[in-house]
Amino acid sequence: MSTIVCPECEAQVELADGTEAGEIIVCSDCGVDLEVTSIEPAVVQLAPMEQEDWGE
Amino acid sequence: MTTTVSIIGGSGYGGGELIRLLLGHPNVDIKQVTSRSRVGEYVYQTHPNLRKRTQLKFSDPSQLEPVDVLFLAQPHGQAQQHIEDYAKLAPKIIDLAADFRLRDADFYEQWYGEKHAAPQWLSKFVYGLPELHRAEISKASYISGVGCNATASNLALLPLVKADLLDTSSPIFIEIKVGSSEGGAEGNSGSLHAERANVIRTFSAFGHRHTAEVIQEMGVSNVSLTMTAVDLVRGVLATAHAKVKPGVATKDLWKAYRAVANENPFVRVVKEQRGIYRVPEPKILAGSNYADLGFELDESNGHIVAMCAIDNLMKGASGTAVQCLNLMMGWEETLELEFMGLHPI
Repeated sequence: MSTIVCPECEAQVELADGTEAGEIIVCSDCGVDLEVTSIEPAVVQLAPMEQEDWGE
Repeated sequence: MTTTVSIIGGSGYGGGELIRLLLGHPNVDIKQVTSRSRVGEYVYQTHPNLRKRTQLKFSDPSQLEPVDVLFLAQPHGQAQQHIEDYAKLAPKIIDLAADFRLRDADFYEQWYGEKHAAPQWLSKFVYGLPELHRAEISKASYISGVGCNATASNLALLPLVKADLLDTSSPIFIEIKVGSSEGGAEGNSGSLHAERANVIRTFSAFGHRHTAEVIQEMGVSNVSLTMTAVDLVRGVLATAHAKVKPGVATKDLWKAYRAVANENPFVRVVKEQRGIYRVPEPKILAGSNYADLGFELDESNGHIVAMCAIDNLMKGASGTAVQCLNLMMGWEETLELEFMGLHPI
């Protein structure tokens, strides 16, 4: 199991065993979606998320 | 062995909430609850949620007996008139009102428009917000209450002030939405259902007395609170607009907020990316002692919106008072305060 740093909030996030490149994981602290772009070494980047707008 | 407590002025909303919490507290035995206007009446006749939980009747304040801890839940201005007498009844006092919140008598006069009746007592009280004064509270004999609007404001700013991220040369504007229970149980023409229902009414644009507690506790001078009554019974939402220092990024804010949440059992960070409750909202905090903090930063100009939601009767008054009791008695800080709120509500 490897650990990555969330690019949004810098929380330590653990990658579960068996995680694959391309998978979307969620930061347990700030809740952003993170796309796993590499396993060795473990690298993630922010994944686009749906925005909400109640003002329309 | 239980600790004996009495409550002076127990017919108001703050007093009722305090009785509710203390009745369930495993280390506490309530001896007396006073109310001049309801002497001899059952407490549950005023606070109906306490039916079948207590047969206590309201006592006459002149009949008070010595106890270990005395809670003062009277209207503002009463406690400072009688503090010498109260101190003879109990070695420890927790005051929910505003009488002993400010450390400086001149500052008190500036904000309350009258001289303090017992200025020599101001320095004996510790400001009763554990998130700011935990160590002092645990050693204190006299603890002041906290203003509900001040608490929401202070906690909204706390991570920023503690991590020294605020640009204090810029003004801080705090917009506060408040529920009707903040106005107390006495009522006035503005509390009539016809006048209060469906309301969004700004009743204090600036100069609200709770501003003094923010100035004192946050160490900021250029701060303004605007109060707006909304159609809630319980709840406060403080939305602070301020500037952060140049170069401060969202990651720095996360670090600051995470640190405060880790140090304080009743502080949570609410900054979700999906779902309905993405930011702090008082609706789900009714009856709980949690303070939910959130923030959004415009990194292009350093404008931060810092939010705090609380239940005004809990974290903004009686819940915090019981938290202080737990600390001053050396008990688990969260004792009898772990209710997590309701959803849906």
